Amino acid sequence: MNEWVIEAKNLTKVYKMGEIEVEALCGLSMQIAPGEVVAIMGPSGSGKSTLMNIIGCLDRPTAGEYILDGVQVSNLKDDQLAAIRNRKVGFVFQSFNLLPRATALANVELPIRYSGSGKGRKERAKQALESVGLQDRIYHRPNELSGGQQQRVAIARSLVNNPAIILADEPTGNLDSKSGEEIMHLLLSLNQERGTTLIIVTHDPGVASKTHRVIHIRDGMVEEEV
Amino acid sequence: MTIWQAFIEALQSLSANKLRSGLTILGIVIGVAAVIAMISIGRGAQDTITGSIQGIGTNLLFVFRGGSEDVRNPQPVTLGDAEAMADKFQAPSVEGVAPILQGNAKVTFGKESHLTQVSGVTPDYSSVRNIKVTEGEFITEDQILGQASVALIGPDTANKLFGRKEGVVGETIRIEGQPFRVTGVLESKGGSSFSNQDDRVLIPLTTAQSRLLRRSTRDRVDLIMVQAINAQSVPLANDEISEILRNRHRTAIGADDFTVFTQQDFLDTAKTITQVLTIFLGGIAAISLLVGGIGIMNIMLVSVTERTREIGLRKALGARRIDILIQFLTESSVLSLLGGVIGIALGWTISYIVGRIAAANQAAINPSMGLDIVLIATLFSTAVGLFFGLYPANRAASLEPVEALRYE
Repeated sequence: MNEWVIEAKNLTKVYKMGEIEVEALCGLSMQIAPGEVVAIMGPSGSGKSTLMNIIGCLDRPTAGEYILDGVQVSNLKDDQLAAIRNRKVGFVFQSFNLLPRATALANVELPIRYSGSGKGRKERAKQALESVGLQDRIYHRPNELSGGQQQRVAIARSLVNNPAIILADEPTGNLDSKSGEEIMHLLLSLNQERGTTLIIVTHDPGVASKTHRVIHIRDGMVEEEV
Repeated sequence: MTIWQAFIEALQSLSANKLRSGLTILGIVIGVAAVIAMISIGRGAQDTITGSIQGIGTNLLFVFRGGSEDVRNPQPVTLGDAEAMADKFQAPSVEGVAPILQGNAKVTFGKESHLTQVSGVTPDYSSVRNIKVTEGEFITEDQILGQASVALIGPDTANKLFGRKEGVVGETIRIEGQPFRVTGVLESKGGSSFSNQDDRVLIPLTTAQSRLLRRSTRDRVDLIMVQAINAQSVPLANDEISEILRNRHRTAIGADDFTVFTQQDFLDTAKTITQVLTIFLGGIAAISLLVGGIGIMNIMLVSVTERTREIGLRKALGARRIDILIQFLTESSVLSLLGGVIGIALGWTISYIVGRIAAANQAAINPSMGLDIVLIATLFSTAVGLFFGLYPANRAASLEPVEALRYE
């Protein structure tokens, strides 16, 4: 086991907006240990989203090193990044991002389909849905589920390939406070049961207070760690 | 992702927008149906035309005046030429020779008047063309010698003049005002695409020469029909008559002033013409298939834009470029394949109906639907789907996941 599941060194990300170059990250470094629950907070424009995209292997840093679960990710090709995302990262989005026409089960099956291992797909998807408490809703479509339930399906989807980290972007942002709390509770209990590293990007101090550690980002740098 | 999964998923996402998918498919349906209908009708027409040429007889040769374009003052073919060809020693492969004079003339009986083809023929014409009479008798040697004013008429001609097809032997008709006695009615040969073989008048060749179809010289004829002893000896007979004519006309080598046409030549010409027509019609129909393909491309581009977030999500979950490419290519192929299958059925129906309408109008066209047309149409429409789906699919596959996820 590696010492760190996430190790970022001097991450720099520069966007070109026409003629002007915008530095979204300027030499950011951080480490996250396996099994940790970390919140990333920061005002808009702080580079928080950029950091999240790089951690989630959706984007590459302009400079610097990023090692995810022992794999040097910084200079992988698109399809290799896709494979890393598929196996090592589980995404939970603010707006759930479920396929509207597919059943809960089919939505959860999606990452397994892209991983190329078709064996026991249905069983694994069912188990994942069971672990989020939706075993009796597996054939419902997203529009037949409440917001909280939809987010549970999304969490099941993020779990199904046993990723190294779960990256949740404002997971409670579109939910009322009660289901928001339920979702937070679910995420934390999954972290305890499975030991999956959980990274939550949030504005909500209430959410951040439930994590082990909060990383504040400002102007593309780590401002403080609490 | 197996192909089957991709196919099922494509069907699901297409059925989410039934009207839109249906209209897109309709574009392909019309294209494929048009191609199929045009080609099968064209082939049907070809079969009809070649069939009617074959009906003339497989061992016939036709000799005309005039040959290769550079020959000046071509000599006409004459009765003397015809007699020389009938010589068993000079032309052993020739079975029968029938010199013919042809023209159109007004035929009247009482108040009924009718313009039709009049041919001056010899008794041999009957065996060369395999013509029988239903009543009366064919032109005899005596009638030729006597330049008799007798005429044989086709069943349709009889019907037009007398309102009946039987019991007309002995009546007197007028051809260009001259009286002719009807001595027989020809057996029906059935409709032909070129000229109606049942609407014609046959008179003795000598009568035609002297009184009805006068030509510049006395023994000149319009056409000599030659019957070879069998189908295999047609090329041989061709060589023999050509040699005879070259000697008689004293032509320079390679400057024949006559043309020998075999039935095979007619068949080849007719085939070439109908093939060109079929390709032409099929080509026009193919344009509508192209338009259908553009329809697919258009709708796939809309679909890619609409589903940008979905594409972003799939990429975030680990879909590679190729996965997205296959997903969208499958959708466009399914559209065009469905369109192709329905189009084949529709095209078949159209050609069947056209065949029926043609049959009702006495122009027998049997549209022929070959397996090859079906196969080509299916392949072609799928290729159209793939080709026009490639650009939108590629566009989807090269979306950046970050931007696609952020897309509103």
